[in-house]
Amino acid sequence: MANSNNRRKFMTTTLQSVGLTALGGMLWSGYTHEVKASPLVLRPPGAIKEEDFLTACIKCGLCAEACQNRDTNIDKETGEAREGTLKMAKGGDHTLIGTPYFIPTEVPCYMCEEIPCVPVCPSGALDIASVSNEKEELDINMSRMGLAIVHKESCIAFWGIQCDACYRACPLLDVAITLEYQKNERTGKHAFLLPVVQDSACTGCGLCEMACVTEKPAIFVLPNEISKGRAGSHYVKGWDEKDQERVKDAKKIKTVNERSEKEASDYLNSGDLY
Amino acid sequence: MKNLKYLLLRRVTQITILFLYFGANAYGWNMLSGTFGSSVLMGIIPLADPYTTLQVLATGFVLGADVLLGAGIIILFYMVIGGRAFCSWVCPINMVTDLANWLRRKLNLDKEEVNYRFLKRNTRYWIMVLGLIVSAVLSIAAFEVLSPITIMQRGIIFGFGMGFAVVLAIFLFDLFGVKNGWCGHLCPLGATYSIIGKTSIIRVEHDHEACTACMKCKVVCPENQVLHMVNKESIMITDGECTNCGRCIDVCDDDALTFNIRNYLKK
Repeated sequence: MANSNNRRKFMTTTLQSVGLTALGGMLWSGYTHEVKASPLVLRPPGAIKEEDFLTACIKCGLCAEACQNRDTNIDKETGEAREGTLKMAKGGDHTLIGTPYFIPTEVPCYMCEEIPCVPVCPSGALDIASVSNEKEELDINMSRMGLAIVHKESCIAFWGIQCDACYRACPLLDVAITLEYQKNERTGKHAFLLPVVQDSACTGCGLCEMACVTEKPAIFVLPNEISKGRAGSHYVKGWDEKDQERVKDAKKIKTVNERSEKEASDYLNSGDLY
Repeated sequence: MKNLKYLLLRRVTQITILFLYFGANAYGWNMLSGTFGSSVLMGIIPLADPYTTLQVLATGFVLGADVLLGAGIIILFYMVIGGRAFCSWVCPINMVTDLANWLRRKLNLDKEEVNYRFLKRNTRYWIMVLGLIVSAVLSIAAFEVLSPITIMQRGIIFGFGMGFAVVLAIFLFDLFGVKNGWCGHLCPLGATYSIIGKTSIIRVEHDHEACTACMKCKVVCPENQVLHMVNKESIMITDGECTNCGRCIDVCDDDALTFNIRNYLKK
């Protein structure tokens, strides 16, 4: 009798433990799933794809420390480090807690040649290969932290006012942001100097956003996942030899359906156009 | 003063370690940089949190060699020498929960303790395993998104933000909720170190001959189930859940408890 009571107690406790673990697991998963959804975040140079970055980042802060204490960030007068670009997400930042990020309008990325933040990463969340050229030298111009977007309606250059603040601020002057000249039809005698962001060169450092003179910047950096569209692989540029390569082995497929019973000419000559 | 020796030593160690981490960011020191997740000692030796490392590995991500080596060094150190010393000599949350525990005693809250049936001391092992499962399912180190330990440490180094609320929650839970609730029942990192540190050579030893059964040690011990031999037999405390905090040695008036080295060779 005592034995069966013990067994029953054992079964109940086990069931209770398993049940509570399942409850905890669901709450925990739900919370984790919510907090990892923060797509509007700019990551350090060399950061791997956001989804993988959240997995890989071990939240050690070595990148942020290297950023703040780099030689070029030490105030020459006081000898103290200024605020670095990279912040470590705190509670209330709406970014996965403990991960590094930056806000261009506070401190943009100054694109240091020696990229102090990337080589210190121990986990592989910041990929040194993605910011190294063929000679295996660090090249900050290869980083793709985001892409700058111009909002034409609030950019005063599109109004006809002469402003090239973002163009001048860009570390890749005349490469990542170019000026397009257009005639101002309204006045008939002035030119528009329109900033155009070049996707192939923009690193997403945010210096343009920082420099923008409008109340809320008319040029701003968004993560690549957000700022870029995707045409889809079924679009092939027939005029581009390299792109055409993708379909050189494609097989010709003839679609057969009800309509294929008649020739196109039959259909056009039937007189029944609608 | 005698009965504060190890307590003061621990506070000095904890604060020094935190200050070194703080200085690495604020003043560019390179004695101890990074955070517990992954650190660099003296600018060269990698260190990494074993549980964080396990969580990231559970997601299937191939971690950098520095982290794996760092976790190996930490595991080896606590396995061979320190035991579960991380919890009482390094972890900043220990200061919070110790304060809560001290207040509990001062306010006589322990006498009113409710019996929390479902919250047992082995809950932490369930949480530890659960953390790895959630990590694997969601492809993200699950404990790291809410760990009060690293939230507090990063708070000290980089600024707290709303993170202080988490630390406050732990304090209130330990003060008004369950006695030793966080460190002794829930923390999966403490669970990990309990398993790792089980074989370490630094141990507290009990001398039954000297013991007068005053039970002061059992009152202060945050894991008092490990002191089952007190006033019974003269053996070492070999339970992995002992944090080697030395508080029992401090409060013992009879020198019945001392730190000693476990000798595996002597049978």
